[in-house]
Amino acid sequence: MAAAATTVGDRSARAVRRPSLAWTGTLPFLCYVGIFLLLPTGIVLWGAISKPTGHGLTLSNLKLLGSSAARGFFLNSVELSAITALVGALLGAVLAYAVASGNPNGVVRRIFLAGSGVLAQFGGVTLAFAFNAAIGPSGGFLTHATWYYDFPQGIGLIYIYFQIPLMVLVFLPAVDGLKVQWREATENLGGSTLQFWRHVGGPLLAPAFLGCTLLLFANALSAYATIVAWENQISYVVTQQISVAMTSEVGLSSANEAQVLALGMVVVVALVMTAYALLQRRTARWLR
Amino acid sequence: MAEVTPLAGGTALLEETPARPRRMQTRRRRRLNLFRYVVFVAFGLFFVLPIYAMVRFSLQGVKPGEYSLKAWRQIASSPDLVGAIEITLELAIITCVVVLLLLVPTMIWVRLRVQWISRTVEFLCLLPLTIPAIVLVVGLAPVYRTIRQHAGLSALQLFWAYAILALPYAYRALAAGLDAIDIKTLSEAARSLGANWLTVMWRIIAPNIRQALLNATLLTGALVLGEFTIASLLLYTNLQVELYNISRATLNAGVLFATSAAALIFTFVLLLILSFAGRRRRGRG
Amino acid sequence: MTSSVTEAHSAPARAGVEVRLQGLHRRYGSVVALDGLDLTVAPGELVALLGPSGCGKTTTLRLLAGLEDADGGRITVAGRDVTHLPASKRDMGMVFQAYSLFPHMTVSENVAFGLRLRHAGKADRDRRAREMLELVGLSEQADRYAHQISGGQQQRVALARALAIEPQVLLLDEPLSALDAKVRALLRDQIRRIQLEVGITTLFVTHDQEEALAIADRVGVMREGHIEQLGPPTEVYSRPATSFVAEFVGLTNRLAGQVRGAEVTVRGCALPLVEHDVADGQVVALVRPEAVTVASQASEDSGPLVGTVIATTFLGATSRITVDLGDTTILAQLSTADAAKLPAGSRVTLKIRPDPVLVSVDSPAVTEA
Repeated sequence: MAAAATTVGDRSARAVRRPSLAWTGTLPFLCYVGIFLLLPTGIVLWGAISKPTGHGLTLSNLKLLGSSAARGFFLNSVELSAITALVGALLGAVLAYAVASGNPNGVVRRIFLAGSGVLAQFGGVTLAFAFNAAIGPSGGFLTHATWYYDFPQGIGLIYIYFQIPLMVLVFLPAVDGLKVQWREATENLGGSTLQFWRHVGGPLLAPAFLGCTLLLFANALSAYATIVAWENQISYVVTQQISVAMTSEVGLSSANEAQVLALGMVVVVALVMTAYALLQRRTARWLR
Repeated sequence: MAEVTPLAGGTALLEETPARPRRMQTRRRRRLNLFRYVVFVAFGLFFVLPIYAMVRFSLQGVKPGEYSLKAWRQIASSPDLVGAIEITLELAIITCVVVLLLLVPTMIWVRLRVQWISRTVEFLCLLPLTIPAIVLVVGLAPVYRTIRQHAGLSALQLFWAYAILALPYAYRALAAGLDAIDIKTLSEAARSLGANWLTVMWRIIAPNIRQALLNATLLTGALVLGEFTIASLLLYTNLQVELYNISRATLNAGVLFATSAAALIFTFVLLLILSFAGRRRRGRG
Repeated sequence: MTSSVTEAHSAPARAGVEVRLQGLHRRYGSVVALDGLDLTVAPGELVALLGPSGCGKTTTLRLLAGLEDADGGRITVAGRDVTHLPASKRDMGMVFQAYSLFPHMTVSENVAFGLRLRHAGKADRDRRAREMLELVGLSEQADRYAHQISGGQQQRVALARALAIEPQVLLLDEPLSALDAKVRALLRDQIRRIQLEVGITTLFVTHDQEEALAIADRVGVMREGHIEQLGPPTEVYSRPATSFVAEFVGLTNRLAGQVRGAEVTVRGCALPLVEHDVADGQVVALVRPEAVTVASQASEDSGPLVGTVIATTFLGATSRITVDLGDTTILAQLSTADAAKLPAGSRVTLKIRPDPVLVSVDSPAVTEA
C-alpha cells in the first residue's frame, strides 16, 4: 500500500488519510470485548448505583458496604487473603530460591515449574475434594483434622496449597534476575552470606516479593470455587455472599446487593493490582 | 481450578532459562544442596499428599485396605458425568479456537498497521485479571438471558465468557511469540512477492509462532477444564459443576475422586508437554 | 580493616605483596581446567594472563580470589598460605567483566560498600568513597545509579570499589571485554596508571593480546590449563617460545621451508633458527609481517620473492599488505606512506629479514589474511 507519489493536493490528502482507517481491523476484537467484558462490568457498576426500584441512580446503595454484615464479609475476605498471601509468599519464595539455585536446564527445575503451573491452576472444587480426602474429619485418609471446617484455618490451608505454586511462578523470574556477580562481589569485599542477604539480595528482591504478595492477595480475594466446595452452608467471604445475593429471591435489595459487593471487590482488587504493577516496574529495572 | 491470576511480570513457565550453571566453592555448594534437598522433599510431600489421598480414595474397595477400580469404571457409567465431561471437552476446543481467532489476527494487525492501539489492546486483554470471575458473572447474567433466548440452552454457550477469561493468558503467550519474530519484515517480504493478508497470516506468520500458539491453546484448555464459578452461577452444568453436584448429592466419594484425579493428571500432562516442548524448540532454534 | 588515609589520592597504605601460585589443579567433571599451574607475581607487578577461551585463565583468577576451590596446589599471599581461606577473608579486590555494580545503590554507596561490611563509620566511608572516586575521575557521578552511567564508567566504579578496601591484591577478570573499542583503549591506560600509582600487585585476565601487551609488566600466555610462556611483552612478542605463542600473539605468516643445519630456507631466504635442535627436513616457518620487506618490482631493492599485491589494510601509521605469491599469500607490514606506493595489482618483490624464526612441523596452512 505505497502512498501515491504524486503531489496533487487532493490525491495526497486522501493518501494520508487512508492509514487512519486501519484500526477498523481491530473492530471484531473490540466488539467482542465490549460485549462480554466491558458491558457486564458496566452492568455491575450501574446496578451498584441504581435505585432498587429500577428508576434512576443513587449512591445510597453504597451504604450497604458500610453495614456490619458487609463489613464482616470484607474483613473475613481480607483476613483470609492476607494470611494465605503472606504464608504462601514466604514459603513460595523459599521454594523459588531452591529452584533457582539449581541447574538452569535441569530436570528438577522443569518438573517443579510444570508442577507449579498445574498446581496453581488446581484450585477450586477438585482441590477441596482432595483435602477432604486427605484430612477431612469425615473420612480423611491421613488424619482427621477437627479444625478442618474452621475459618480461616481449614480453608486457609487449602488456599496456601495453590498460593505457593503461584508464588513460585511469579517470583522465580525475580530470583533468576539476581546476578551471580553480586554475590561474588559481596564475598570478595568481605561479606558473609547473611550480610549479602541483608544489604544486597534482600533489598533487591523486596519490591518483587511485595508485589508478588499483593498478587497472591488479589488471587485469594477473588477465589470462589474452592471455598464454596469446602463449605457451602455458611457464607464467610464476599465472593460467597455475592453468589448468595445473586441466587437469592428474597427482596429487591438483594438484586443490588450482589452488584454493590461486586463493586467493592473490584475497587479493592484494582487498587492492589495497581500497586503490583508499580512494584513490578521497579523490579524490572533492577533484575532484568 | 482457574482461581489463579498470574499477571504481567510473567509466568516463569513461558520464559527463557538463564545461562550457564554457577560454579562456587565446595563448602557453599554442599550447604546449598542440603538446603535444596530438604526444601524439595518437604514441599514435595506437602503437595503430593492430598493428591495421593485423592487417588488412594478413588481406588478404595468395599472393605478398607482393599483396592478396586470400581469408582473409575463408574465414571463411564454415569450419564450425567459423561455428559459433563463431553461438554467440557467440547467447550475447551471451541474456546481455544475462538480465542485464537480473536487474538491472533488482531495482534498481528496491531503490530503491523495500528501500533498506537496496542496499549489499549494490551490493557483490555489483561483487564480480566482485575475483574474476578465472580464479579464478571454478576454482569453476565443479563447478557446470558439474551443468549438463552436466541441461541438455545446448551452449556456450550459458555464459550463466550470463557474466551474472555482466557484472554490474559493467551495474550501473554502470543505476545511472547510475536515479539520474538520480526513480523514487519516477514510480512513486507511476503506482500512484495504477491501474497495477500490471509496468506501472510496463515502461511508465513502462523508457522513461526507455533510454540506460542501451542502455549496459548494449552493454557486456555487448562482454564476451561477447571472453570466452575461462571458455569455454576449462570446455571449451566460443566465438569466442575457436575463434580460439585455429585459431592453434595451422594456419599459415594470414589467416583468423585477418580474423576478429579483423572482431570488433574490430564492437566499435568498437558502442562508438562508445554514445558518440555518449549525447551526443546528453543534449543534447536 | 580501615586505615585512616590522609592523602588525597591514596598513596598505598601498604606496599604491594608477593603472590605465589604453586601446582594449581582444577577439574570440572572430566575436563581439566588447570594442570599444575605455577606463577609468582612480584610485589606491585601487573601480570596479564592471556589466552583463548577455555585455557584456564579465568579459573586461575577465581581460584586466587577464593570464589572456587582448587583440587590441588597452594596459594600464598604475602607469605601466608590462603589456599583454604574463604573468599571473604582473602582481602583481595576484584573487578568483574560486567554487571557487578549493585543496582539499588548509588555509585558512592557501591564504592563504600566494602567498608560498610567492615563496620566503618559513615564519615570514614564517605571520605574514602570520595577519594576513590577522585582517583578514577568520577567524582561528579557520586549520586548516580548504575543504569545512569556508561559501561566504561561502571567499570571505573567497580575499580574504585575494589580498591576502596585497600586490598593486598587486585584481580581483574576481562574488565574491558564488554566495552566499545574506543572506551577500551582509554580505560586500559587509566587502569594501568592507577595501578602504578597505588602500587598494588595485580593479576589481569584477558583474551585480547593487544590489551595484555600494552599494560602488563609480564604476560603469561596460557593454553589448556598451563602457561606456555611468561615474560615481558616485548619478549613474548618478538621471541615467542612456542609456535602457539607465536601464532596467538601478533600475526604470523606460515611459510613452508627446508631445514638444514642451523638454518631454514624459506623461498630462497636463509633464516637462522631459534631452536638449534630441529631435525633437517620440511617444516613450517613462522615469520612476522614486520620481518617482510616489500619493494616494487622496478626498484633496485629486489628480493628473492615475487608477487602481486591483493589487499591493503590501513592501521593508522602502518599498513598491512597482503601479497599473492602464486601458491600462497603473505602478510607484510610497512609504513603507510610506503604502502600507498604499492596499490592493489602492483607487482612487487619481497625479502625476509634474517631474524631468528620458530618452526613447527605441522602441515602448512594458509596465512590469516
